[in-house]
Amino acid sequence: MSSSSGLKSFFVEIGELTLFASRFFKEVFSRPFEVKELLKQCYHIGNRSILLVAVTGFIIGLVMTIQTRPTLEGFGAESWMPSMVSLSIIREIGPVIIALTFAGRIASGIGAELGSMRVTEQIDAMEVSGTNPFKFLVVTRIVAATLMLPLLVLLGDAIALLGSYIVENIKGEVSFVLYFNKVIKVLEFSDLLPATIKTFFFGFAIALVGCFKGYTCKKGTVGVGAAANSAVVFSSMLLFVIDFIAVFVTDIFFDL
Amino acid sequence: MHTKQNIQTLSGTSNKKSVILEIKDLRKSFGDNHVLNGFNLELFEGENLVIMGKSGSGKSVMIKCLVGLLQADSGTIKIMDHEINTLNQTDLDTLRTEIGFLFQGSALYDSMTVRENLEFPLRRHKSKLGNAANIDELIKEALENVGLLHAIDLMPAELSGGMKRRIALARTLILKPKIILYDEPTSGLDPITSKEIIELMRNVQKQYKTSSLIITHDVDCARVVSERIILLVDGINYAEGTFNELATSKDAQVKAFFK
Ligand SMILES: Nc1ncnc2c1ncn2[C@@H]1O[C@H](COP(=O)(O)OP(=O)(O)OP(=O)(O)O)[C@@H](O)[C@H]1O
Ligand SMILES: [Mg+2]
Repeated sequence: MSSSSGLKSFFVEIGELTLFASRFFKEVFSRPFEVKELLKQCYHIGNRSILLVAVTGFIIGLVMTIQTRPTLEGFGAESWMPSMVSLSIIREIGPVIIALTFAGRIASGIGAELGSMRVTEQIDAMEVSGTNPFKFLVVTRIVAATLMLPLLVLLGDAIALLGSYIVENIKGEVSFVLYFNKVIKVLEFSDLLPATIKTFFFGFAIALVGCFKGYTCKKGTVGVGAAANSAVVFSSMLLFVIDFIAVFVTDIFFDL
Repeated sequence: MHTKQNIQTLSGTSNKKSVILEIKDLRKSFGDNHVLNGFNLELFEGENLVIMGKSGSGKSVMIKCLVGLLQADSGTIKIMDHEINTLNQTDLDTLRTEIGFLFQGSALYDSMTVRENLEFPLRRHKSKLGNAANIDELIKEALENVGLLHAIDLMPAELSGGMKRRIALARTLILKPKIILYDEPTSGLDPITSKEIIELMRNVQKQYKTSSLIITHDVDCARVVSERIILLVDGINYAEGTFNELATSKDAQVKAFFK
């Protein structure tokens, strides 16, 4: 009984999220454009997650290299290290892990912020003062996150490669130039492009879920906490679904 | 029989003053929760009308229907000769500039300073102010009216509850609305701060000649500001009259409000 009603409310939620997304597409292209607020949100979102992304990226690079090295050494193939590590970071590990940390920070932040604006009637106040709150709050945040996450992932990837280089340099005495020569040689357009395209979708999904949870938040302070919390859970889940679809599609087009 | 008698006096006066806001047979339910069951109201120009009702009786729902924040199930709402559910978004927004709304919990924007809070209603309605209007001066004037000019660069989190309410009032007044809807302007405030807010409301009324709809369950507030009171019970306008008429009523339900 309870599991079937849980399943039902899950599908109801998917439906509502879809409606919310279609409202976004309707409003994003119509005037007035809240450009100033969009830039402010880009700055906020970037500013709030840049340090986290840098640290995460660096650790990914270190850990990946430290852990992969003994295996390759066993085959006497440690000269492959730069190519292997950079491929897995750029194609998959970088985007997914950085998007997950981004989800933890941004989806919960947006969920809590919009949720408390909803329950304290700030969203209603905006509406009666002639500003469309969906445009001002939701559209700007979703667009900002969609634009910022790819940049953050590129940054995180670069820092991860730097971390990986540091380990290589200490353990295998590879020079900076040699390391990055190998990385650039192995990386192809078909590695970077699909990986970057999917991060746009990640950013979109994360902010969409955060906004949806906050904007439709139920009254009461419990509602705000629940909105923030479920925004993270839901958006992380959605991330993996999108990742699966992205890998599937990439496989068809680029024939991995 | 209180109700009937008062409807007669109401239609008697309506010949003299013009009606600026009219609600007819308003109904609104949330699922099985029938909140409003045919509520009627007329607000005359320049009048202070108080709505009283128990907590949860649907007062907030009623004024949210007035400004289109909630969609009524049925009934008509006419504000300054516009029927609000026939308006498109642009016309609705234009009409909303004539209506000030003071929210129950002040509803100041947390992420903005006091100055930005007051600027916010102006951003879409610069045309209403004329070209020469200096926004900065308008904001300062509005803050001076509520005695809080020194708070102009503070964040809402740095203000006390009473200050927030006054800033919210300043934000409501900045577009010089013709009608102001107050949702429990004194709730959650101590008696002295309440008196200050009430005093401000009366000043506003005198200075700008606004018509006000005031929701409250603060009897003191009702006594001081009301010219007429409507009691909202079970989703209808249960009784209506001046403060003295209702306070001396024999009806048990009415009496309960004025203990
Ligand atoms: N958005 C909503 N969805 C569902 N039910 C609602 C909603 N808004 C209000 N209600 C219900 O409508 C009823 C009236 O609520 P309302 O907020 O109008 O009360 P009120 O008279 O303003 O009370 P108070 O004096 O406490 O502010 C309550 O039972 C409430 O649960
Ligand atoms: Mg209320």
